[in-house]
Amino acid sequence: MGTANSSFLAGFDSVGAVDPSLTSAPPDTPESPGRRHKSARRRLAAAGVVLGAILLGGCQLPTFGAYKGSTSQARSTFHLWQGFFIAGLIVGGLVFLLIVWAVFRYRKRSDDVPVQTQYHTVLEIIYTVVPVLIVIGLFIATVVVENKVTAVEPNPYTELHVYAFQWGWEFQYDNGVKVIGQTTAAPTMVLPTGKTVRVYLRSYDVLHGFYVPEFNFSRYASPGYWTSFDLHVLHNGVYRGQCTQLCGLYHSLMFFNVRSVSPAAFQTWLHTTGAFQRQHPNSIGQLPAGIHANINGTAPGYSGSSGNTGNS
Amino acid sequence: MTDVIEPTQTGLQVPEVPTGEPHGHAGHEDHGPSGILKWLTSTDHKVIGLSYMITAIAVFYISGIMALVMRLQLASPHSSLLSFSQYNALFTMHGSLMLYLFAGPFAFGGLANYIVPLQIGAPDMAFPRLNALSYWLYLTGSITMMLGFFVAGGAAQFGWVAYAPLSSATSSPGAGPDTWIMALVLTGFSAIFTGVNLCGTIFYLRAPGMTMFRMPIFTWNMLVTGILILIAFPVLTAALVMLFCDRHFDTHIYTAVGCHLVNGLPMRSCGSPLLWQNLFWFFGHPEVYILALPFFGIVTEIFPVFSRKPVFGYKGMVFATMSIAALSTGVWAHHMFTTGAVLLPFFSLLSLLIAVPTGIEFFNWIGTMWHGQLRFTTPMLFSVGFLFAFLMGGVTGIMLASPPIDFATHDTYFVVAHFHQVLIGTAVFAGFAGLYYWYPKMFGRMLHEGLGKWHFWLLFIGFWVTFMPQYVLGLLGMPRRVASYPSNLGWQSYNIVSTVGAFIIGVSFAFLLVNFVVSWRKPIPAGDNPWDGQTLEWFTTSPPPHHNYTHLPPIRSERPTWDYNHPDALNVPHGKAAHTNGKTNGKVRAGV
Repeated sequence: MGTANSSFLAGFDSVGAVDPSLTSAPPDTPESPGRRHKSARRRLAAAGVVLGAILLGGCQLPTFGAYKGSTSQARSTFHLWQGFFIAGLIVGGLVFLLIVWAVFRYRKRSDDVPVQTQYHTVLEIIYTVVPVLIVIGLFIATVVVENKVTAVEPNPYTELHVYAFQWGWEFQYDNGVKVIGQTTAAPTMVLPTGKTVRVYLRSYDVLHGFYVPEFNFSRYASPGYWTSFDLHVLHNGVYRGQCTQLCGLYHSLMFFNVRSVSPAAFQTWLHTTGAFQRQHPNSIGQLPAGIHANINGTAPGYSGSSGNTGNS
Repeated sequence: MTDVIEPTQTGLQVPEVPTGEPHGHAGHEDHGPSGILKWLTSTDHKVIGLSYMITAIAVFYISGIMALVMRLQLASPHSSLLSFSQYNALFTMHGSLMLYLFAGPFAFGGLANYIVPLQIGAPDMAFPRLNALSYWLYLTGSITMMLGFFVAGGAAQFGWVAYAPLSSATSSPGAGPDTWIMALVLTGFSAIFTGVNLCGTIFYLRAPGMTMFRMPIFTWNMLVTGILILIAFPVLTAALVMLFCDRHFDTHIYTAVGCHLVNGLPMRSCGSPLLWQNLFWFFGHPEVYILALPFFGIVTEIFPVFSRKPVFGYKGMVFATMSIAALSTGVWAHHMFTTGAVLLPFFSLLSLLIAVPTGIEFFNWIGTMWHGQLRFTTPMLFSVGFLFAFLMGGVTGIMLASPPIDFATHDTYFVVAHFHQVLIGTAVFAGFAGLYYWYPKMFGRMLHEGLGKWHFWLLFIGFWVTFMPQYVLGLLGMPRRVASYPSNLGWQSYNIVSTVGAFIIGVSFAFLLVNFVVSWRKPIPAGDNPWDGQTLEWFTTSPPPHHNYTHLPPIRSERPTWDYNHPDALNVPHGKAAHTNGKTNGKVRAGV
C-alpha cells in the first residue's frame, strides 16, 4: 500500500478511517468484513455519542449563531439545532476534506493513464448504509423535539387569539381585551412568564407569518382555518416579532413585540386594560394611558440574551 | 453549417456503423436557409439548443442585474433607492426569471437539446417540430413575463411562489400578475413538450449498441428530468389556470372569502388557500430537482474527463438519481411545515432521506477523482466549485428538513442563503461548467482559459462573501422579502458584506461576456476532441454536421470515444469481477 499507485480503497482509508492500523495493513490483506463492520460500527457509535451528548448537555456547547430560545419549546429547538449543526459539521467536514484531498493529491503528475477503476461494491454499500443510519438518528431526534414543540397542554394558563391583517396584528385575550397595532405603531402581546399560553392564530386577509426570533418559532397565519400552538416563556423580557410571510406592500413593516411579565403583573394588566376598554367601547384596541407606555417600539437588540432580565 | 465534414480523428480506421446518412457528402448538403432565417425556421436540435441557451443566458444577466439592484437597496436599512412595490416586483421577477426561465430552460432546453442526441448517436430529437414549438413558446413566455414591467400597476409583486390569496384579484389587481400567469402557462407547455421530446429521444433514438446502461450519466439525468417534468409541470399549469379563473371568473378555488359556516357546514363558495400551496409545491419540489439533476449530469461528465477515469459507481449513480426523483415527488410539504396543517414526520423523513442518494452522488464524484490525473481546466474548476457550493447548500438543507429547525428559520435569510447556495451551486457553477466544457463542441473554438479562470475565482469568492452572511442574518431573525429593516439590530454590516459579494459575482460575469467576444474575434481552434472526452459527442466534428454523425465508433461501454482512443485502457471489469476487485483491495488492474 506504500506505493504511489496504491489502491483506491487505501486512499479512502488514509483519510476517513479512525483506526491507524487500517492504513498500515499489509497490501495483500483482503478487506475482511469484520474489519469493515468494526469501522462502520465505530462511526455509528461516534455519531450516537455526539447526538446523545447534544440532546443531554447541549447547554455547554456553542450556540452556533442561533438564539438559545426564550420559551421552553424554543430551548428544545435550540438543542436540536446544536445537534444538527454538529452532525453537519462532522459529515460536511468529512466530505469537504475528501474533496480537498482529492483535488490536491491527485493533480496531474504525469501522462500515465490512471487505473480505470469503475466500481467498488463494498465501499458503495458503506457510503449508502452509513448515511441511512445517520438519517435515522437525525429523524429520531427531530421527532422527539418536534413533539415537544408542537405539544399543546390540555389546561393552558390562558388563551390568546391572534389575528394578522394587512399590515398589523390583533391580540384578543380571554376577557375581551384587544390589542391592535399597525405598521406605524407595533402592538405588544403581553404574556405571563412561566405559564403556558395557548395561541390560536388566523388571518383576516392574506397569509402572514407569526415569527418571534427568540422563540425559535414561526407559524403561518392563514385565512380559512385556525392553527394553534403553546408558548411557555421562561424569562421576563421584551422580544421582537415580525411577519415573515410576504403579505403585500408593507410586509417589511409588520412588526410586533412580545412582553413577558410575572403572572401577577399579567393579571393586573389584563384587568386594568379590560376595565378601561369596557368603559370606552369605541376605543377598539386602545390601551389605558400609562400602562407600559414604553413597551411599544422598544425592540431589544439582537444578541439573544438581551431579552432576559437576569434569570438563569 | 457549411463546414466540411470528414473523420478528423487522426489515424481513424473506423468500423463504420451506418447512421442512415449517406456517406461522403453528408456535410456538404445545404440544409435550408442560413442567417436569421435559419434561426427562425430551424428544427435542428443544435440550432434550437443554441437559441435556448442564448435566451436563457440573456435572462440570467437581466435577472442578475435585478439582484444587484436589490442588494444595493439592502445595503442600508431604510434605503430610498427602491419603493416597497418596486422592491417586491424585483424579487418576484428575479426569482421567476431565474427559476422558470433560466435554470430549467438552460439545462433541459439548451444543453440537453444540444448534447443528448449527440451523446446517444441520434440524428436529432424525436420530434423536431415539437422541439421548435417548445423554444418559441419559451421565448414568448419569457417576453410575456418581462412585459409585466410595462403594464399599468407594474409587474407581479407576490413572489415567485404566488401564494394565494395574495395572488387573488383583490390583493394583487392589475395586468402584471396576469402576464406572469400567462408567461408561466406558456413556458410550462414548453417544458412539457421538451420533456416529451427528451423521453422519446432517449427511449427510441439510441444508436446501435447504445443500451440504456451505456448511456452517459448526463443523458440518464436528462431522462429522469424529462420524467419529472411530465410529473410536475402539468400540475403547475393546471394550478395556474385555476388561479386565473379565481382572478377573473370569480371561482373562489383558492380564496377563503365568504368562508363561514351555514348550518354547521362550510358555504359552497368556500375555497382553500392551502390548496394553492399543495399544488404549487407538488410542482415546486420536483422542480427543484428538475433544476438540479441536469447539473449533476453535467459535472458527472466533467469529472471523469478531467480525471482521465470512468465515472465511479456508474450504476449506483443511475439508481441514486432515480431515487432522488422518486423521493422528490413526496417531499413537497416540507415547504409547508409552518402552515400547521401537514403531517410533519412523514415529510421530514422523506426530505432527510434525499440526503442518502445525494450523498452517494457526492462520494461517486470524489471516487471518480480519486487516483485520477486531475487537470484543472475551467470546466473542472467550475465543477469543483459546484462540489463545495452544493455541499454547503446540502448540509443546510438537511437542517431545514427538520421541522423544529424550519420553524425557527422559515422565511428568513437562512433559507435565502440555503437555496441560493444550492441553486448557484447547480445552475451557475455546474451550468457554466457545462458551457465551458461543451462550447468547443458547439463552435469548434475554445473559450479563453485565462478569462475563464478569472470568471471562476471571482464567482467563487463572491459566492461565499454574498451568502455566508445571509445565514447569520437569518439566524438573527431577518425575514426574507423585506425592502427595509430596523437599523438597531446590527443587521446592516452583514448586509453590506453580502452586497459587496454580490457585486464581485457581477464582475465575474463580465469576464464571461469578454470571453464570448474574444472567442469570436480571436478564435482558438478547438479540434474535435480538445479535452480527451470519453462520451460519444466527442467523436463527431466540432461543430457537428447536420445530422450529427457520418459514422460511429463501436459502442461497447459507457464511453465509446475513450475506448476508441485508448484501446489499451479499458474499464476495470465489473459485475462479478468488480466484486473480486473489492475483495483484493484493488489488485485487479486494467489490462494495460
